[in-house]
Amino acid sequence: MEFSLSAIANQVDTWLHANCASWLALTIEFVIVGLLCIALFAVLGLVLIMMERKVSAYMQLRLGPNRVGPKGMFQTLADTLKLLVKEGLTPNGADKFLFNLAPFIVMIAAMLVLAPIGFAKDFVIWDINIGVLYISAISSIGVIGILMAGWASNNKYSLLGAMRSGAQIVSYELSAGLSILTIVIFTQDMSMGQIVASQADGWWIWKGHIPVIISFIIFLIAVTAETNRAPFDLAEAESELTAGFHTEYSGMKFALFFLAEYVNIFIVCAVGATLFLGGWMPLHIGNWADFNRIMDYIPSSVWFFGKTFFLIFVIMWFRWTFPRLRIDQLLNLEWKYLLPISMFNLLLATFIAIQGWYL
Amino acid sequence: MNREELQSAITALNADITFEEGGEYLTANIPADACRDIMQALHNLPAFEMDYMFCLTCVDWKTHLTMVYHLESRKHAHAVVIKSKLDRENPEIETLSDIWRTAEFLEREVYDLFGVRFIHHSDLRRLLLTDDWEGYPLRKDYEDPINMIKL
Amino acid sequence: MLQEVAQKETGDLVINVGPQHPSTHGVLHLVITLNGETIKKVEPHLGYIHRSIEKMCESLSYRQFIYSTSRMDYLSAHINNHACALAVEKGLQIEIPERAQVIRVLMDELTRLASHQLWWGALAMDVGAITPFFHAFREREVLNDIMEETCGARLTMNYMVPGGVMFDLHPNFQSRVKDFITLFKSKLPEYDELVTGNVIFQNRMKQVGFISAEDAVSYGCTGPTLRGSGVSCDIRKHHPYELYDKLQFTEPLETGGDCWARYLVRMEEMRQSLHIVEQLIDNIPEGEFQAKTKAVLKLPKGEFYSRVETARGELGVYIVSEGGLTPYRIKFRSPGFSNLSALDHMARGQKIGDLVAIMGTLDLVIPDIDR
Repeated sequence: MEFSLSAIANQVDTWLHANCASWLALTIEFVIVGLLCIALFAVLGLVLIMMERKVSAYMQLRLGPNRVGPKGMFQTLADTLKLLVKEGLTPNGADKFLFNLAPFIVMIAAMLVLAPIGFAKDFVIWDINIGVLYISAISSIGVIGILMAGWASNNKYSLLGAMRSGAQIVSYELSAGLSILTIVIFTQDMSMGQIVASQADGWWIWKGHIPVIISFIIFLIAVTAETNRAPFDLAEAESELTAGFHTEYSGMKFALFFLAEYVNIFIVCAVGATLFLGGWMPLHIGNWADFNRIMDYIPSSVWFFGKTFFLIFVIMWFRWTFPRLRIDQLLNLEWKYLLPISMFNLLLATFIAIQGWYL
Repeated sequence: MNREELQSAITALNADITFEEGGEYLTANIPADACRDIMQALHNLPAFEMDYMFCLTCVDWKTHLTMVYHLESRKHAHAVVIKSKLDRENPEIETLSDIWRTAEFLEREVYDLFGVRFIHHSDLRRLLLTDDWEGYPLRKDYEDPINMIKL
Repeated sequence: MLQEVAQKETGDLVINVGPQHPSTHGVLHLVITLNGETIKKVEPHLGYIHRSIEKMCESLSYRQFIYSTSRMDYLSAHINNHACALAVEKGLQIEIPERAQVIRVLMDELTRLASHQLWWGALAMDVGAITPFFHAFREREVLNDIMEETCGARLTMNYMVPGGVMFDLHPNFQSRVKDFITLFKSKLPEYDELVTGNVIFQNRMKQVGFISAEDAVSYGCTGPTLRGSGVSCDIRKHHPYELYDKLQFTEPLETGGDCWARYLVRMEEMRQSLHIVEQLIDNIPEGEFQAKTKAVLKLPKGEFYSRVETARGELGVYIVSEGGLTPYRIKFRSPGFSNLSALDHMARGQKIGDLVAIMGTLDLVIPDIDR
């Protein structure tokens, strides 16, 4: 007996098709998936914010929240409740339509990227054959929401924050894209399912040699920048721009930005885990059949979430250790260092792939 | 330079300078209209090289105001206090903010709290109080029944 | 694009930083003119915490007015009190017992350490790293406890009085300070590892907020700000008071003139302060902790000026006495005020992020500036 999400999904599918017309079954499945996504978002928000608080607390010699619920576990819930009932102010001088639209754009962009990610073995919303391309494309939409928020707020801090964010995300997308391409070259497939499948005999971080290790590091840096996390949190830059692009937001609209940030972290880490650490694929070592069998007993969803949360922890670790870069240093890092390195790395990867030196 | 040498050197600058007895530093009283020339000399002449103004303030003596400048030379390690009497009703003196940049803010403070106008100061506005504040709080006859605490 | 917008509407982008802003450490209000991200002009607007302490002191006796000075530069309260006590003692011409002198120097140096610890944490926070702040407070807490035990207060100590100090040291003082020295010596390398050695931090500090030695002197900068430009200006060395001429310590000098130089100077100052404390802690002489003074102090007619080195630079106390019970006029030459006046010079042409770093390395304490 193995715990498997795909088995449950299949049972639901079979049951629905047996009892309803196929169009109705499909519609119900859509609704279920949508609800699951929203539920996942809510849970992720709560879990990740709690995790961030506890991680930062232990790094900073504090205890973190410890009053609401056991070990303060319900603190985030209480905060969410507070934000829900708080009045969402719209400043008088703001462009009201864009101001209210912006948080939803950011949120929806974050939601869409969830589609091609495999959460467990055979458990994926839509294993599109250009999955990697899809992720790169959709994840850039979020910046439009941020720009919108900064512009519509009619606040100079917000505007500066949004402009910084725009410059930053547009630049770092290049490196993120190029580092993903390295894996595509090795896999020779753009579908996320195929990329995971190609790592059955070893994750790319092990068997891809130097190019993959380089691109993994670049990927981590680039996605930290893309999610506006410290040390690249220039769009918010508390000590410079008070709160950057979301200075004027309050209540639930602020909460949506906040939630989107954490969901984005989850997504980029999930993508990182899928591409470099084998997604839901268990750890297999060469011919150690017994070891491999034991590893297989651990459910694939546990593997996936374990790897993702490890990467999330790394990104949190960055945030609570490093000072923030300056805007020109940030762009220098991308255009003068990361981009040339990624391009060279891509060539190297192509060469190795052509020679067949991997594995 | 020691105190006596400094005193004779400063006397050579302008005949109207008088000196006060005692005190920790050599204290010279100079006429307000010659203030700028004397200060320029103290700053520029290699014998003085008073490159560091460590205090600039004003004292209200009820009959007149006195500007007090504390100057020090980092090179020669000598210090001097320059005082200049000002008319209380219409206090005016040349600015020193282009000789010592620190005077720019200190003069604004004195303008704010004593009402001394510094001629040719580039940006003479109130510094600590609001722009529409009435009166000069550090003068002895200033009264503010609401905000002032008398002990 | 930002440039276009700015030119269309106002010509310049003018931003109010403060009086409520996370990085102004209080109620400093800066009006900055921007060209995109580049600063064209910084104009400080002061007075949000102006309490006119100078006016207040004119109606307080020579014993009383010292207490109001703890509220100026609250991070070096001991040193402020010390400066006032020195000025009054100059007027009264009293000799202070040796024990009191040692206690004063010890307290001054411990205050300097505590102040620099806070500065270190706050600077790191200004440039975006929040964790070092908590590490700095971990050690500062120990110092605060030591202060509390002897002085009865953690921030506004009011421990120095004309003639010496108010009470004798707490019996635990020596052992606790020794514990602190051991603790802090083990933690200083941690500070360096976490912040000093960080490449991002170094990039944020180097070639930022440059001020030449000549300009710095002209602006009246003192303390670590001036020493970062390579000018020796330590009052403890040049105009020694109390025991400082008998103690062994060096005045750290850096020639860079940028934020990084100021940072290194302050880090070294912490080590030097620790060194001074080490020299004295085992050699506190027995004797009186306070000279005999009259109950009511009256300064003779005249002017008295005392200068001390606070954690931020030179503090001058200028007392004009008419021979009465209260000072006729008091002027506090505060280090932060003059250091702040150089901010515009340092920040021009730099980015917004640099402004925050520059303010961090100037170590501004707003009540000290506004008084």
